Amino acid sequence: MLENLPILSLLIWLPIIGAGVIIFGSGQKYKQLTQWIALITAAVTFVLSLWALNEFDSSRYYLQFVEDKSWIDSLSIRYSLAVDGISLPLIVLTSLMTLIVIISSWNNIKLRASHYLAAFLVMCGLMNGVFAATDAILFYVMWEAMLIPMFLIIGIWGGPNRIYATLKFFIYTFFGSVFLLIALIYLGNQADSFNIFNMHSMVIDAEVQLLLFFAFLIAFAIKVPMWPVHTWLPDAHVQAPTGGSVILAAIMLKMGTYGFLRFMLPIVPDASLEMANMMIVLSLIAVAYIGFVALAQSDMKKLIAYSSIAHMGFVTLGLFISFALIADNHLDAAVMGIQGALIQMISHGFISGALFLSIGVLYDRMHSREIKDYGGVVNKMPQFALFFMIFAMANSGLPGTSGFVGEFMVILSSFQVSFWIAAVSGLTLILAAAYTLWMYKRVMFGDVANEKVAALEDLTMRETIVFIVLAVMVMLFGLWPAPLLDIMAPSVQHLIDCNLVSKLTPEGMCS
Amino acid sequence: MQNQLLAIVLLPLIAALATGFVGGKMPRHWAHWITTLSVAISCFLSINIAIGQLFDEVQPLNYNLYTWAQLGGLSLNVGFMIDDLTATMMAVVTFVSLMVHIYTIGYMKDDPGYQRFFAYISLFTFAMLTLVMSNNFLQLFFGWEAVGLVSYLLIGFWYKKPTAIFANLKAFLVNRVGDFGFLLGIAGVYMVFGTLDYAEVFKQINEGYTDLLIPVSDEIFWSATTFICIGLFIGAMGKSAQVPLHVWLPDSMEGPTPISALIHAATMVTAGVFMVARMSPIFEQSEIALNFIMVIGGTTALFMGFLGVIQNDIKRIIAYSTLSQLGYMVVALGASAYSVAIFHLVTHAFFKALLFLGAGSVIIAMHHEQDIRKMGNLKKYMKITYWTMLIGSLALIGTPFFSGFYSKEAIIEVEHFSKLTASTYAYICVLIGVFFTALYSFRLIFMVFHTEERMDEKTKSHLKESPPVIWVPLVLLAIPSIFIGYFLAPSIMSGEYFDGAIQVLTSHSMDASMVEHNQHPLYLALDAYKTLPFWLAMAGVLTAYIFVVKKPDWASKLKKALGPINHVLENNYYFDKIYINYFSAGGVGLGNRFWKWIDMAIIDGVMVNGTARLFTGLSAQMRKMQTGYLYHYVFVMVFGLLGFLGWLYWRTLNG
Repeated sequence: MLENLPILSLLIWLPIIGAGVIIFGSGQKYKQLTQWIALITAAVTFVLSLWALNEFDSSRYYLQFVEDKSWIDSLSIRYSLAVDGISLPLIVLTSLMTLIVIISSWNNIKLRASHYLAAFLVMCGLMNGVFAATDAILFYVMWEAMLIPMFLIIGIWGGPNRIYATLKFFIYTFFGSVFLLIALIYLGNQADSFNIFNMHSMVIDAEVQLLLFFAFLIAFAIKVPMWPVHTWLPDAHVQAPTGGSVILAAIMLKMGTYGFLRFMLPIVPDASLEMANMMIVLSLIAVAYIGFVALAQSDMKKLIAYSSIAHMGFVTLGLFISFALIADNHLDAAVMGIQGALIQMISHGFISGALFLSIGVLYDRMHSREIKDYGGVVNKMPQFALFFMIFAMANSGLPGTSGFVGEFMVILSSFQVSFWIAAVSGLTLILAAAYTLWMYKRVMFGDVANEKVAALEDLTMRETIVFIVLAVMVMLFGLWPAPLLDIMAPSVQHLIDCNLVSKLTPEGMCS
Repeated sequence: MQNQLLAIVLLPLIAALATGFVGGKMPRHWAHWITTLSVAISCFLSINIAIGQLFDEVQPLNYNLYTWAQLGGLSLNVGFMIDDLTATMMAVVTFVSLMVHIYTIGYMKDDPGYQRFFAYISLFTFAMLTLVMSNNFLQLFFGWEAVGLVSYLLIGFWYKKPTAIFANLKAFLVNRVGDFGFLLGIAGVYMVFGTLDYAEVFKQINEGYTDLLIPVSDEIFWSATTFICIGLFIGAMGKSAQVPLHVWLPDSMEGPTPISALIHAATMVTAGVFMVARMSPIFEQSEIALNFIMVIGGTTALFMGFLGVIQNDIKRIIAYSTLSQLGYMVVALGASAYSVAIFHLVTHAFFKALLFLGAGSVIIAMHHEQDIRKMGNLKKYMKITYWTMLIGSLALIGTPFFSGFYSKEAIIEVEHFSKLTASTYAYICVLIGVFFTALYSFRLIFMVFHTEERMDEKTKSHLKESPPVIWVPLVLLAIPSIFIGYFLAPSIMSGEYFDGAIQVLTSHSMDASMVEHNQHPLYLALDAYKTLPFWLAMAGVLTAYIFVVKKPDWASKLKKALGPINHVLENNYYFDKIYINYFSAGGVGLGNRFWKWIDMAIIDGVMVNGTARLFTGLSAQMRKMQTGYLYHYVFVMVFGLLGFLGWLYWRTLNG
């Protein structure tokens, strides 16, 4: 019976149904009940995603758990879902981070807690939908719908300047999506099908590819975000509640790079190759320039937000250097570059999520994000200090943590392309350590800075559990990334063999 | 044997995790029993393995534990390579670590972070072992950064002290600058050899590989091998504190004394030296890199020695001495005398750990006073500390028969015989360095243990010898400080000791020149009076005696006479000032400018919010058109209609 379960549909709709149930339970009376329902829904979703991971056959590249139903026949739009080795880990990540957010906001939200939890559950379902959709229009619907709960989360439960931030976030990303829609409609008309994987084997001439490239670029680059369309992110993070920041950093940013991987690279490889240098330069700006900007921040959340942009620079760098590597026939290095980008996506999900949660722990107690309001926290919160140190080191890319793996692989493979790319991206070793550990020093070390710090209490059991889970993940993939890489390997190999070849003529395409 | 190796590495890790996570909830003495016993077992097994490798000719071992990542055809593994070099390092690391564990029981007795300290030093032992036992670059880098992490944690152990948390951040960041080079070096290895496995790389070199060219610009191309060597060596410059990345080591003295002995003298800082020796097949391929190494090493050896003379903090004197001695080791690497460098590493590990632990013993007796100007005549109160520190100092300055004599003599000899361009410079540096080593070492001995008692009455009344848990490690370290050189010298100098583990090109080999000098160590020591270094060392001791004991007022006079030079020395050649004012302040300033001018003003101000303002402005204008007056609309409609009809008419006319 389990074999026939529409597992992907469940991963999408179960949390949404759960949200539908608890949304009516606002008010103090049902608070405990709604919290438990939310927790159980998220937990079941996560277990389902693990089950899918377990059932997934990672020796094959093809799509698995395929579901395909008619939806809007007249436009040949279908409700079709499937996953490969690239999207499945992201679904597991999404489900896990949602569970973590729900645990960490337990009893923490004073205003309309059930609505808050419902928004995260809806978002979880929609984000799983983005990663699972194989129909371009279904993908687009999920992609856009996902903005709404996040818009509400920042706009209702955010900080003082939440309206500006949430509008900026929404309009910015929405603006980008319009171009995506145009591109998808064009492609769907040409292919007479909105199946994403059919689009992968289309012959498209160079000029059209270039137009499509820029349409994709605007949509996805804003989401990543890449320099110079990144300024919505620090504002959104600073104003968002902790849970919003966690999901935003851990999952939503990955949508952009996932889009590059699913749409841009395979559909318009020739245009991507042509523009690869520009993308590499933008990625390097993200790594180096944003690294310096992070150094100058006095607000912890802003600092981590900038650090996120810098770390996402490695993902885009890893993706776009692969073209140069394939052209030079360095296929192993190309695999390393793309795998590095993918593992950086997962790893950054854990690390940025953990860092935002850490700041949330401090913010809950002190109601300040300013570094200068802290000092000597370690004296009062030794347990927290330990976890925060692990996450700070992971953010600095210390070997043995997952933060190292992706960056190491991307730097190693980019050295094959150019000494300079490796050298500039290698600056992260110094910059990331500088801004992260300098912040750690000012917040955590030293003597107790003021009375508020003196009144701090260490982690609660609930917070400890969350941090243990994240710390284990960060260390596990740092010390042994092989299992994760092995899940991705066949899909990455397929991408390189079949999808990054020229689409100007039908020659060389796999199917 | 594989199980033994696993036990050697994992026991300290398990002990560290146990004391680290549950240490707060267990009695204090459990923490030291768990960690010390596990390191003791590690040490015993390591010595056992070392004996097997060195004397019983057990075959070197190279195997993988598990696959860290499989990327296309490339597999990255975690594994061990055990040969003479590794085995020697393992024995030294675990032995010094064991001594430091025992010593810590006494030294940190009353510290509230007792369990945490033991967890850190055990974790360090684990990290250092993974570094030396690694069989590939990935794991090497892991160990490399992991020891850096523990060093960071331990320098900042007393996290309330502002100087300590400044020093640990500084140490980490300066090391990261080195690691930047190191990582690029590793990337170069991957580019040239397509693998990160030592054995595979060395095999390719021995079978004749083709060097690649790295295009730096359209006209400039670098030899990849030279690039790899210099990149890796920049990493070593960070870890082994070579000029100009040496600035963190003196500051690291903010950490508790046991770790100054273990990490910042005996083991971690020598990781760079070990790494270059391990990579000898690669470094042999690039004379440019070897010359570069020699210049850096020589400079460090001499110029850091100068600084040792003017310090007044007992730990800082020894720290500068460590810098200088690291320079000696590095110089030997540059001369392709890798085994000699490791020889000095080993002897130095013993006598420098001894000196640091002795200094710690003095510091406890002095109630954490570290200024040698406030000490004096401690010989009277602390006999064992005095004699062991004297032994350490004699070994350090290269007194015949002591261990340092053999290793230092060998370094000076190889510089003398090296044919590389930079060797003359290096030779002069190490030769003059001998005088200054003796000078600062005996300045310390005289000022601390001889001369009049300058401490206050309260301190004086409490002066006593440290407890056995502290002096026993001193004695145990003093023994190898005397004898280890005598025993190792013959096989090291004849090149047999590291046979196979270290490769030297015949054209670089010193063996031929050394053979003439390769006498029995006894005769070598007896003939020492015929050599220049011996007399330089004696002159150093004599100078110290005159300036400290006989004519103390000469020192201040000389200081005045050398005003400007003294000023430069006291500012550590302005390295710190330049780094802080230009690099760190400059970096933050640059970030601020990027943020305020580009991010906030241009991107956000003009582009993003500018667009928003544009549309708000446009719509404000457009709103004005909707006045609500019917006659306005009729007016527009009539004119619009007229215009449209006019256009139609015009179009029809023009066909």
